[in-house]
Amino acid sequence: MSEAEQPIDDGVPSDQSSADADDDEFEPVQVFPESEEMDLRPGADNCYKCSTCDTNCPVAEVDDEFPGPKFQGPEQWRLKRQDDHDIDESVMKCSNCMRCDSSCPSDVPLSQMHNTARGEYVEENMSKFSREYIRNRMLANYRRLAPLASMFPRTANFVMGLSVTKWLGEKTLGVTSERDFPEFATETFREWWTKRGGAHVESEDKRIAYFHGCYSNYNTPEVAKALVRVYEHFGYEIMVPNQSCSGTPMFANGMLDDARRAAETNVRELAAAIEDGADIIASCSSCSMSIRQEYPELFDFEDTDTVAEHTWDAVEYLRVHEDLEAELEGTSVGDEFDDFAYHAPCHSRNQGLDGQTIEVMDAIDGIEAHDVGDSCSGISGTYGWKEENYETSMKIGEDMFEHMAAAEAETGLTECPTCSMQMEHGTGYEIRHTLEVLEAALVGSSAQSAPATEPN
Amino acid sequence: MAITDDVLVIGGGLAGATAALAATETAPDARVRLVTAKQSTLRHASGLIDVLGYAPGSEDHGHEQGQKQKPIVDPFAELDTLPTGHPYERVGGEAVRDALEFFDDIAGDAYAGGHTDKNALVPTHGGTVKPTARYPAATADGLASDDRDALLVGFETLPDFEAPLAAAHLEAAGAPFDARGVTLSFPGIVRDDAKVTRYAHLLDRNERVASEAGAGEIGAREALAAAVEPHLEDEPRVGFPAIVGDDRPAAVRESLADALGVDIFEVPMGPPSLPGLRLEDLLYAALENAGVRVTSGVPVVDYETADGAIDHVIVDRNGAEIPHEAAQYVLATGGLVGKGIESGRERVSEPLFDCHVPHASDRYDWFVDDVFGEQPYARFGLAPDRELRPLDANDDPEFRNLRAAGAVLGGYDYAAEKSGAGVSLATGYVAGTRAGEESE
Repeated sequence: MSEAEQPIDDGVPSDQSSADADDDEFEPVQVFPESEEMDLRPGADNCYKCSTCDTNCPVAEVDDEFPGPKFQGPEQWRLKRQDDHDIDESVMKCSNCMRCDSSCPSDVPLSQMHNTARGEYVEENMSKFSREYIRNRMLANYRRLAPLASMFPRTANFVMGLSVTKWLGEKTLGVTSERDFPEFATETFREWWTKRGGAHVESEDKRIAYFHGCYSNYNTPEVAKALVRVYEHFGYEIMVPNQSCSGTPMFANGMLDDARRAAETNVRELAAAIEDGADIIASCSSCSMSIRQEYPELFDFEDTDTVAEHTWDAVEYLRVHEDLEAELEGTSVGDEFDDFAYHAPCHSRNQGLDGQTIEVMDAIDGIEAHDVGDSCSGISGTYGWKEENYETSMKIGEDMFEHMAAAEAETGLTECPTCSMQMEHGTGYEIRHTLEVLEAALVGSSAQSAPATEPN
Repeated sequence: MAITDDVLVIGGGLAGATAALAATETAPDARVRLVTAKQSTLRHASGLIDVLGYAPGSEDHGHEQGQKQKPIVDPFAELDTLPTGHPYERVGGEAVRDALEFFDDIAGDAYAGGHTDKNALVPTHGGTVKPTARYPAATADGLASDDRDALLVGFETLPDFEAPLAAAHLEAAGAPFDARGVTLSFPGIVRDDAKVTRYAHLLDRNERVASEAGAGEIGAREALAAAVEPHLEDEPRVGFPAIVGDDRPAAVRESLADALGVDIFEVPMGPPSLPGLRLEDLLYAALENAGVRVTSGVPVVDYETADGAIDHVIVDRNGAEIPHEAAQYVLATGGLVGKGIESGRERVSEPLFDCHVPHASDRYDWFVDDVFGEQPYARFGLAPDRELRPLDANDDPEFRNLRAAGAVLGGYDYAAEKSGAGVSLATGYVAGTRAGEESE
């Protein structure tokens, strides 16, 4: 047999060796060699092609050109066994909502396969000089630009809001001009934290390290401040370790090297905080998703698993470690908040947290949160910012917009920054974060809670 | 601090959802939670609610080998004849009726068939006929017992439904009407493997698609009607594969019926199935209305006992262990396919609580050579007492506050009997009701 005919099943014992074995002890056969590199192999054989993932894919439902998660993962792996096949470019149409993961009855790690395929496509098949690559790299590394903008937030907000800027953005970079750029806060969360003198509560046994992520640092520090006040209310000492972007936008754009660098910093810093007795708390559902699931799937730094296991969603942690609902029983939020139209982000859903906010809000008097259903908001981080995805993104969002309009509420509620952009964009509602409501219920609104104790 | 409820249902399929709904109906003040490791697998289901289509164990019923078994006319009349250990025998015929009534109340207009005890005969996508107790309203005009002629419409890009073949098969099976099949291209669908949700979305939203007549863009519903119209002869009803809308199926059917001047029906398809998806939506809306808390996407991986009862279970969230505590538990994790029952080379087991699963010790006795024969593995599952508490090898309840429902139970072969949905409903209803009663 020539070398070319060598079967790919190179772990299978030859006939001679199996004839030698005279006991019938079962020995599993290693059909494919263990791969040292990232490939699409893990899980491909668990796929029995039921297509459940395909019925969950919000993109395939509205975009005829997207072949769906089953193709992107398991089928792509089989195709790739033939040497002349590159990763199909359609992988760039995947929005990384990760809904396929929780739909698979056979535990195929679909989003892991998509991340791997996207990384390979960008590395091997996308020109590093193309407009698309440069645009994606910028969007994925929003955190690198944000510090600049927040140094001159008013100028940045003014310039970004100009229609000429948007027009240029679309023409030169392919960033849709339909959307308004998120505003930069005049004071970042970390600036506020330093000015305030750091933690106001010290505790040996109740300690958390806050992974605020980029958005609540640069754009919505009120969410991060709410977290601080709520956790201090429960007697937690809060640490705010150095951190990089969680990596979510980098995964979604196939920028795995950038993601690896960011993850390495985060794992190192967060592992040190765990060493100091803290658990890791995130207020953004994509940040917690990334640290809990994507890091262990894609990276193997020392402590990656430890960090993943110690990372929690901010509300989930209080539910399990405190009697949050009992604490909220009988509280109210005054005039600041009314009823909410609540959208559970896909990345919360994938952590089993989609029902949580409604359950917690139930305990607060005088307000009600209405679940607007299980549809995807459609923006999926940087996805809906791309000119070529804008229409798809809005088509996906249509269900959510309609359900928000039908709900008896004029304010939106969610835990994901980009879902909140989409909710606002599609309905014009003001969108708040669950932690802000908890803050109002437990410690009074930020305006009232500013006094003596806090040099706000 | 555990997340605490009164009743915890583990499993999000038909049995689990029914158990959770029955528990809150029985004990309106109880807090009921449903935890499901993955999204509900109802989208694998046909959406039909069968109770008993064929008698279990063909040999027992005097059939010659190879002779085709006759479908059961009145499933309720047969319930008393079932062998000991069959889930219907465990809960009793009255409970099966109650469960169906319970389902009818939840489903309202979305389902039909409740007017009679008799099985309806529903043509499926292969042209075979399935005996079933309840069927979606979308299928009502497609019954094989209806003697009106039918045109079946298939699509080039949906190879799972070969309309001419299905029509020929129906006629060969002796359907009392003329059936004809045509294959068309679906307006607005380009790719060969577009998802069923894409077809449904086009019709739900009546998206603009290129008109075949070349007259610009028209709504997908009008375009579809226009494509079918030239093929229609005198048939008063037209059957489509089950892709006729997801969120608004009634409105889509009405548009097509108005445009064509005929009745429209759906032929149930294999997975992933829109009638299954719609059933899932219907049940989860009912759960939300009933105030049942649903936690999905996370598996229950472990448990702790106290005094012979389950104290709490552990839910795994990406490595973090979240304790969930309740007074009563219902196990509805499915059978061999749903992974509620597992088999290795040595033994067959229930992976969560390791409840006893009766089976032969020699694995060569788990199957018979005749593929369509009576396969022992098809009946693998938990053996419960009459209130559905799983029994250990000594016939004692494994835990006093654990009940089981649906395909995790053994003693029946749902595929051969066509009893999957009925058993899930009946056992879910009984397990949920008892859990509700005892939670108070």
